[in-house]
Amino acid sequence: MSGLDTIPPVLLARLGKPDSRAIDGYVADGGYASWKNVLAGAKSGEWTPAKLTDMVKASGLRGRGGAGFPCGLKWTFVPTKEKRGEKPVYLLCNADESEPGTFKDRLLIEQDPHQILEGMMLASFALDVKHAYIYIRGEMVHGAEYLNAAIAEAHAKGFLGTDILGSGVDLTITVHRGAGAYICGEETALIESLEGKRGHPRIKPPFPAVSGVWGCPTVVNNVETLCCVKHIVDRGADWFKGVGRNEKNTGPKLYAVSGHVEKPGVYEAPIGIPWEQLLAMAGGVRGGRKLKAVIPGGSSAPMLTAAEIAGIPMDFDGIAAAKSMFGSAAIIVMDETTDIPKAVTNIAKFYAHESCGQCTPCREGTPWLLKMLRRIVNGEGKKTDLDLLLQISNQMGNGMTICVFADAAIAPVISGITKFRGEFEAYIEKSTKPGFETAASSDITAAIADRTAAGMHS
Amino acid sequence: MSGGANVPVAEQAGLPRTGEHGALSCGKALSFSKEARAELDRLLTRYPTKQAALLPTLWLAQKEWGWISREAVDAVASLLGLAPAFVWGVVTFYTMYNRAPVGKHLIQVCTSISCHLNGAEEVFHECKKRLGGLKTGETSKDGKYTVIEVECLAQCDKAPAVMVNDDDYAVITKDNLDAFLKGLG
Ligand SMILES: Cc1cc2nc3c(=O)[nH]c(=O)nc-3n(C[C@H](O)[C@H](O)[C@H](O)COP(=O)(O)O)c2cc1C
Ligand code: SF4
Ligand code: FES
Repeated sequence: MSGLDTIPPVLLARLGKPDSRAIDGYVADGGYASWKNVLAGAKSGEWTPAKLTDMVKASGLRGRGGAGFPCGLKWTFVPTKEKRGEKPVYLLCNADESEPGTFKDRLLIEQDPHQILEGMMLASFALDVKHAYIYIRGEMVHGAEYLNAAIAEAHAKGFLGTDILGSGVDLTITVHRGAGAYICGEETALIESLEGKRGHPRIKPPFPAVSGVWGCPTVVNNVETLCCVKHIVDRGADWFKGVGRNEKNTGPKLYAVSGHVEKPGVYEAPIGIPWEQLLAMAGGVRGGRKLKAVIPGGSSAPMLTAAEIAGIPMDFDGIAAAKSMFGSAAIIVMDETTDIPKAVTNIAKFYAHESCGQCTPCREGTPWLLKMLRRIVNGEGKKTDLDLLLQISNQMGNGMTICVFADAAIAPVISGITKFRGEFEAYIEKSTKPGFETAASSDITAAIADRTAAGMHS
Repeated sequence: MSGGANVPVAEQAGLPRTGEHGALSCGKALSFSKEARAELDRLLTRYPTKQAALLPTLWLAQKEWGWISREAVDAVASLLGLAPAFVWGVVTFYTMYNRAPVGKHLIQVCTSISCHLNGAEEVFHECKKRLGGLKTGETSKDGKYTVIEVECLAQCDKAPAVMVNDDDYAVITKDNLDAFLKGLG
């Protein structure tokens, strides 16, 4: 048997069950058994934080929030009790999911919130956390309600609180709602936002594991990552390692497939399945049309042409080898009818809107890219625009800024222009006003004025 | 003096005047209801600092008064011991705090990439048109509708995705738009 063989759903096992959110069903399905087991073992010394951390390390679990950093290793960066003194350790569950194309965490939150809570409980035990927070994006109003209801149920059953089930372990979980800002998914911006400020990313180091929220050691983990922790404790590190393509890409994975496919949705499969298998799960390209390009990891991943993605293993290293990014496994499929310059302009709009504004290259660069791209697709592009776009992009990226948002913003522009240059040139050739600076920025200025006058957005 | 040049932008748009720190004024002093105060007390126990309760307190304020006016900023600031200008700076960073009154139905159409690939811009445009030619962010005369564009709602599989107040709507197209709007009432 190979690690890529189809397995019954793990993360989505409880999907579609009647009242999948209720604690009774969760417990009936074996939920909270690991938590009870760990708590009981804590007394006898059979379970220690180190043992749980080692298990997660041995599983090879890499963070599911985008960067793919080994989860267990990240946990070991938290200073020991001797070093941190009186300072508490915090666990933050990153439920800010807002990258265009990404919708896997929403499903977990809305269908199986107890799975997330149990993952958080186990992680909190490993990290000696007494208070954990779930930072959920503001738009997921019902998701926040479901999580709050689940927390209340867990309290009532005695799985949260003080001296939980007589183990001497204390844990509180609080849901904290964001208010509409994509950048708050970046871990240090999330921390600032939780502290009651604008979500401005912090310069690293210090890394959150050493000095995070309220100056205390903090671990930020994605929703899906924490769910994986639960299943690792349930079934063992070897089981997790046995699923997936190789020892650097282990475990089951949620793929969010959207765009031009027959059946957009979230699909669970061993990490590293070949591209064709994933596309088949999503019903293939819509209307039997030909594939043009794929954005493999959310809008910030460089797009790959149909030829480039053929046969690629869908995991961190497989997609990195193809010079793109696995990110949060948000797969955006574009068929042959897609107007790439318009798609790139659309993505540029997102980044121009969401820049936090701290760094000049990002604050000034993102609207500049958008303005030029809009000019091109509005039929007012100049011959020199494409090289200028690439030049600006290069000046924005490569570590010029506090966080990697600027690098994310330029990836679609650079990959779009390099791989589909002819389509941009065709727009420019049809241009009505070649050669001169035009007033084509008026649409964005007008849009901004619109919003400002109405007192909304800016 | 006559003419529009000196009339504040907000008033030209039929909105209340801006006050200190640029926020619009609702014209009356505000204080939180008893229930909201109780909720706030509960909130404060959940964070080691008072300031951390800022986002949740602003949510409370929006629930009480529908939007965040200058007076709401002042009320929140004094409750949490923060400067009003600081609170206003936080309000403006996030898109979900309404800085002006909005309609009974705040219609947010996602126009990010997966929705764009499924015709979201057309839905957005049509939506404004069918509600009487509303501009982005403008509220219909009867106070019922405000339409704005929103970035990815994390339901890209249901593109084009729309959110109205707290509720999500899937696959809103030009064809079912009328039925959708009618359904809102
Ligand atoms: C601009 C930006 C946005 C991000 N958004 C999210 C997000 O919505 N959810 C998430 O889990 N991680 C997001 N991340 C990644 C986090 O910074 C962080 O790496 C992650 O939450 C760590 O969790 P993990 O190790 O479990 O993956 C984002 C990163 C950046 C730079
Ligand atoms: S790169 Fe952009 S988003 Fe990141 S800190 Fe700088 S301005 Fe903010
Ligand atoms: S792109 Fe519209 S919901 Fe994600």
